[in-house]
Amino acid sequence: MTQKEINLEEQFQARIDRDESIEAKDWMPEKYRKTHIRQISQHAHSEIVGMLPEGNWITRAPSLRRKVALLAKVQDEAGHGLYLYSAAETLGITRDELTEQLHSGKAKYSSIFNYPALTWADMGAIGWLVDGAAIMNQVMLTRTSYGPYARAMVRICKEESFHQRQGYEIMLTLCKGTALQKELAQDALNRFWWPSLMMFGPKDDESPNTEQSVKWKIKRKTNDELRQQFVDQTVPQAEFLGLTVPDPALKWNEERGHYDFGDIDWDEFWQVVKGHGPCNKERIDARVKAWEEGEWVRDAAVTHAEKKDSRTEQKVA
Amino acid sequence: MLNNSLYRYLLLLGDNSLILGHRLSELCGHGPNLETDIALTNHSLDLFGQVRSYFQYAAKIAGEGTEDSVAFLRYEKDYLNVHLVEQPNTDFAHVICRQFLWDAYHLPLMKALMKSKDETLAAIGAKGEKEAAYHLRFSSEWMKRLGDGTEESHKRLQSALDHLYRYSYELFKESEVEKEMKEKGIGADLGKILEEWKKTTEDIFRSSNVSPSDDPPAIAKGKQGFHTEHMGFILAQIQYMQRAYPDMQW
Ligand SMILES: [Fe+2]
Ligand SMILES: [Fe+2]
Repeated sequence: MTQKEINLEEQFQARIDRDESIEAKDWMPEKYRKTHIRQISQHAHSEIVGMLPEGNWITRAPSLRRKVALLAKVQDEAGHGLYLYSAAETLGITRDELTEQLHSGKAKYSSIFNYPALTWADMGAIGWLVDGAAIMNQVMLTRTSYGPYARAMVRICKEESFHQRQGYEIMLTLCKGTALQKELAQDALNRFWWPSLMMFGPKDDESPNTEQSVKWKIKRKTNDELRQQFVDQTVPQAEFLGLTVPDPALKWNEERGHYDFGDIDWDEFWQVVKGHGPCNKERIDARVKAWEEGEWVRDAAVTHAEKKDSRTEQKVA
Repeated sequence: MLNNSLYRYLLLLGDNSLILGHRLSELCGHGPNLETDIALTNHSLDLFGQVRSYFQYAAKIAGEGTEDSVAFLRYEKDYLNVHLVEQPNTDFAHVICRQFLWDAYHLPLMKALMKSKDETLAAIGAKGEKEAAYHLRFSSEWMKRLGDGTEESHKRLQSALDHLYRYSYELFKESEVEKEMKEKGIGADLGKILEEWKKTTEDIFRSSNVSPSDDPPAIAKGKQGFHTEHMGFILAQIQYMQRAYPDMQW
């Protein structure tokens, strides 16, 4: 590194330390740019792949009101994907390149979406737990150092908390319903509890990116801190529903002022991350299929626009 | 089914929106790009919004049930939608073409309902008119893009039109109920809607470089409750929860 670069890096870090927002045109270390492209696109991909498990239930929603709400929710996620791809594009990469990375498996997305949505109650559990866990991360990101990312998060967070309330309300309705409905709710919690805790990522001592991310204020809290916060917030909500969190080790720790909870199955976590979860292949296949089947449509739109332009030019000439 | 003409008319209107909304909702998350995905989901949302208004009103007239019992708890022969809206999402050209043929009918229908002597229907028409106008703009633009795009897109659009155009006649074939509602000043005059539909479609076909085939109309009696083979599968999905878990609140 030259002296000039060292100075630039120091100034850059000083700006972050002063809580200044970094904008697209500002100088930034290459590693900062790359980390952001990786993280923002991973986030965008999660929104898009996340449409699939819930999309699976739109046509079977149990009432018109629920159908409309679910459809609107899944549509919101598409919107989140759009904002985030745009934010990533400010860092000098195209949406097509990012899409290609998702399809080739080079880019990751949140592993939770590799679990299947098997019953209507999963629409409740996903909203409550998955959107709930996502919010913990995202609220923190509204104050992240990169301006376009932080601003996208502000918009997204509002909708995510709406999704979470909607999910919880589905659970509440089930739990106040028949015994069969309550069983559906408990079963959904059983299946989504642990994968939701996994959403916060590996343990701090096994998470190599955390330190740098904290320095750049991409992360203001560590994975374990956020996970704890999620457990503390969610357990009373489960109690209110009259549901049992599927963790025998779960216990309030008076001394710590937090819940203690059992060990996550890290083997399962890494298996799913590496592509061997219940639905990894189906999710990517569905995205690739939509993309490939849409190719002629996108081509047609471009060709038509070009033809139209050349016709107006001819007229003008 | 309740033997009341206005009730049947509401089903006829609502079922078209329900089944088309369902077809569009199948695409959510699978569109050719995010922008189109979002737009088509909007169409679906608008249609389901209308369904709710129609069926809330229908339940009120019936004096029993709810929008959901009307939507989910009828047998196939009691659904009165046309065959056009049941046609599958074969490819994006079919989706757009089906939408366009429908929108070109739906906009003048909404305009006509705005003038209905029935206040509720007039209100539904007024809200629906704005939505239908937007839908028609969207599908017309895409008709042009596909028709005047690449060789492939043109070919696909023409073949979608060949398949779907035969089903458009049914929209204008006046049923007993439609006739009665028209005469009472409650329902739309399909003859007048057809005139506008022809103008719109001829205009857009021209700028899309496609031509409707002169195949005779497909025999279709959806308004009398006879459906295509697709319908059973559509209902199997729509009704799944209500049939599998009867009499529960969701
Ligand atoms: Fe989202
Ligand atoms: Fe969400």
